[in-house]
Amino acid sequence: MLKFERFGLGIAKGLAVTFRYLLRHPTVTQYPEQRLNVSRRIRGAELVWSREKCTGCATCAKACPQGAIEIVTATNLVNNKYEVQTYRVDTGYCIQCGLCVEACPYDAVFMGYSFERAKYRRGDVIQANDELLESASRPVSGYYHPDIAEKLPEQTLLIEKIVEKRK
Amino acid sequence: MTFSTEPFVLNFGPLHPSTHGVFRIKATLDGEVVLDIEPVFGYLHRGIEKLMEERTYTGGIPLTDRLDYVNSMTNNFAYCLAVEKLGGIKVPERAEYIRVIIAELQRIGNHCLAVGAMLNDAGALGTPFFYLWRQREKIYDLLEMLCGQRLMNNYVRIGGVSQDIPAEFLPAVMKFVPQLRSFLDEYDFFLMQNEILLARAKGVGILPPEVAINCGISGPVARASGIKRDLRRDDPYSIYQRFEFEIPTCEEGDCYARYRVRIAEMLQSLHIIVQAAQSMPPGATKADVPHLIRPPAGEAYGHIEGPKGELGFYVVSDNSIAPYRCHVRATSFINLSALRQMVRGWKVADLIIIFGSIDITMGEVDR
Amino acid sequence: MAVLDFAMNNSLPMQAVPPDWPGGYWWHWLFFTVVLIVFILTMVLGVIYIERRLLGRMQSRLGPNRTGPFGLLQAVADAVKVLLKENIVPSAADRVVHWLAPVVAFAPVLILMAVVPFQDGALLADLNIGVLYVVAISSVTTVGVFMAGWGSSNKYSLLGAMRTVAAVVSYEIPLVLSIIGVVLLAGSLSLNSIVLAQDIPFILLQPLGFFLFFTAGCAEINRSPFDLMEADSELVAGFHTEYSGMKFAMFYLVEYAEAIAMAAIITTLFLGGWRGPLLPPWLWFILKVVIVFFVMVWTRTTLPRVRIDQLMALAWKFLFPLALINLFVTAIQVLAWPDALPWIMVVINFAIMGVLVLAWSRFFKLGWGRVKV
Repeated sequence: MLKFERFGLGIAKGLAVTFRYLLRHPTVTQYPEQRLNVSRRIRGAELVWSREKCTGCATCAKACPQGAIEIVTATNLVNNKYEVQTYRVDTGYCIQCGLCVEACPYDAVFMGYSFERAKYRRGDVIQANDELLESASRPVSGYYHPDIAEKLPEQTLLIEKIVEKRK
Repeated sequence: MTFSTEPFVLNFGPLHPSTHGVFRIKATLDGEVVLDIEPVFGYLHRGIEKLMEERTYTGGIPLTDRLDYVNSMTNNFAYCLAVEKLGGIKVPERAEYIRVIIAELQRIGNHCLAVGAMLNDAGALGTPFFYLWRQREKIYDLLEMLCGQRLMNNYVRIGGVSQDIPAEFLPAVMKFVPQLRSFLDEYDFFLMQNEILLARAKGVGILPPEVAINCGISGPVARASGIKRDLRRDDPYSIYQRFEFEIPTCEEGDCYARYRVRIAEMLQSLHIIVQAAQSMPPGATKADVPHLIRPPAGEAYGHIEGPKGELGFYVVSDNSIAPYRCHVRATSFINLSALRQMVRGWKVADLIIIFGSIDITMGEVDR
Repeated sequence: MAVLDFAMNNSLPMQAVPPDWPGGYWWHWLFFTVVLIVFILTMVLGVIYIERRLLGRMQSRLGPNRTGPFGLLQAVADAVKVLLKENIVPSAADRVVHWLAPVVAFAPVLILMAVVPFQDGALLADLNIGVLYVVAISSVTTVGVFMAGWGSSNKYSLLGAMRTVAAVVSYEIPLVLSIIGVVLLAGSLSLNSIVLAQDIPFILLQPLGFFLFFTAGCAEINRSPFDLMEADSELVAGFHTEYSGMKFAMFYLVEYAEAIAMAAIITTLFLGGWRGPLLPPWLWFILKVVIVFFVMVWTRTTLPRVRIDQLMALAWKFLFPLALINLFVTAIQVLAWPDALPWIMVVINFAIMGVLVLAWSRFFKLGWGRVKV
């Protein structure tokens, strides 16, 4: 058998709190028009590769739990150099764990900075060689590289925006 | 003519607005009263334990993220504890402090979700849920600052954490703590004496302590029934001996008690975070452990006090780069075994709120 | 009270005379039928918009604000979407009952608005038994709901429909008893005369009656905290689980149209209908309906749902005795002190309400516990 403990006062308190929230500013960001700054260390939805620094050691491919990186190295008989022929990443299979970035001993692989990377065709998700280079439209995130992280804009935090105060 | 009734079977199917994940309950009802239930699960089975045998030790950490997806880093933490026990690896001091702060932040986030979901099931159209979710969004922002992702953080490594914390992390955490305190004040004002909530949740779904001990229940569910058991006190792991905190318990064991215990635990976690942030030493954040480690052959069980209860990993190694066997002692799976006894005799509406108050994540139950 | 004296002294028939329309009564009827249908449909669209925006702001988010300027066309978009959907009828369903249920649920709401005055004498039919008509017609919606639950051949729907019938039948009684208090004060069953008799709005003279009527009214129209008929988290959607397309839209419409009708009746009975200083009377009426609806949305946002046996206990053990006591006290006041200053009565009535609610809550036991299985 249960009893009302407080004669309706609890309900009145609840109504007061809801009314107070009506008068506060809502925590909403209107997405395409207003955007928040993502974290400096975001593990974005793509990989950025640096052809100059990569040696083809394939440590990243070994570290990837999904096996999403494929590397083929061969001798270039024209100028007698041993180079990386193919560096192919299946971004659809990637889980953005960042283990490849941590594993690379030469700082040749980075996580991308943005997350709005949807493609129209399934084949576009597999990227190779020159598509993976860094450019203005493919910025690099500071994950595991604090020197790059310092140059990126600061993250917008919800704690800065709204503060609840009682009375 | 005599008046008789017949019980019928109602199926709360896998896709249902209130089962937390894909969980199916076949309930035998007599009118509104629940006579018996038969839970059916397995709809989210992904074979994680088998997959861990095919990945290296470090490569298995992203997989553990996906077990209890509500608080990913506690799973990472428990797994790394087990492997560190296997390999005899010592974790540096700064990494221990960081791990404690993260574990307590995950505890707060999990309780926000659990309380919100239980109240959502009770019928408050999502209002308490939205208010709590805003606090969880603040925690997401903090975690994103640390490791780059909000949910499947892959931050804790064997031997420490993956990178050092950024300079703005601790000031942000210190700013978050008083905000959460004043929010919980207002939230208690909002709901603690609400008569309808009291009528729905007080005295409903009582779990007697003997049943809880027999079924192996742990976590806030057990503490709300009066069992004072907390692994941070009874079997201290990491550096929990250095912090002062209380273990909130209740005597009744009903849904309202579980709600109160979770709110009280959130306040205690804030206390621990403040202590850890004030005394964090400088130093290395990861032991000098290779990426592909090869621990000596043997077995180890590493367990932590997760937000839902005792979460344990049993790892067997045969001196190769991948574990020979990795078994997860999943909290939600064990906590679910008492559901039938808690629910029989109550009504349909109570079944939903009792199920919500145990706080189940199907990722753990089905693995 | 003044009207009562005047009527008893002059033996005036207690009803207004329809205005002198060219062509007489039939044009009056046509005009008001069109006005009522337009009023209900427009107010439903407006009320859906108000509810979703208010719900959003109270939950610290915005409501819909993309469709049209400030999201004003959201209800229109919903209506268009629902019209384009396929009309699915379950194969084991009783076809006639399934088809007829939305109609039977919606028609009484329109008919109910016929006796609500928008202005002095401006109503479709000034029945001198207006209150009796309102009470009788508002029960027919339940038949429609039960037909929906039965005709869907689905256990969830049947459970929802049974709950609805039990709840609505229980809450009729406190509803009716609290109206009788108002009728005693006004001296007539006609809604127009009740509005004319409100020099002080009856919410001040009958606070307990207002509280009872509001609670019983919210339970009648299945609004939170009593919305277990369509409890989203328990029974998927209750009695309208198996409906799609325009029939579902009818049930959705019924929910909001009933809310408007109940708010309109509350304004007429307790808040003084169309009376007010500066603005035109019909604008006052709409304003008061919106204010009452705001209070309904406010309680919906804040309170969790009540369980079915707790709902029944609330009706029979809490509201019903209070309604009887309220009636008794009002009868004594009208008989013993018909000429007393109204403001003294206001203070006395508020005091009585406070004492009764507190005392009753102390002794009230709510619902059963666990059943031995």
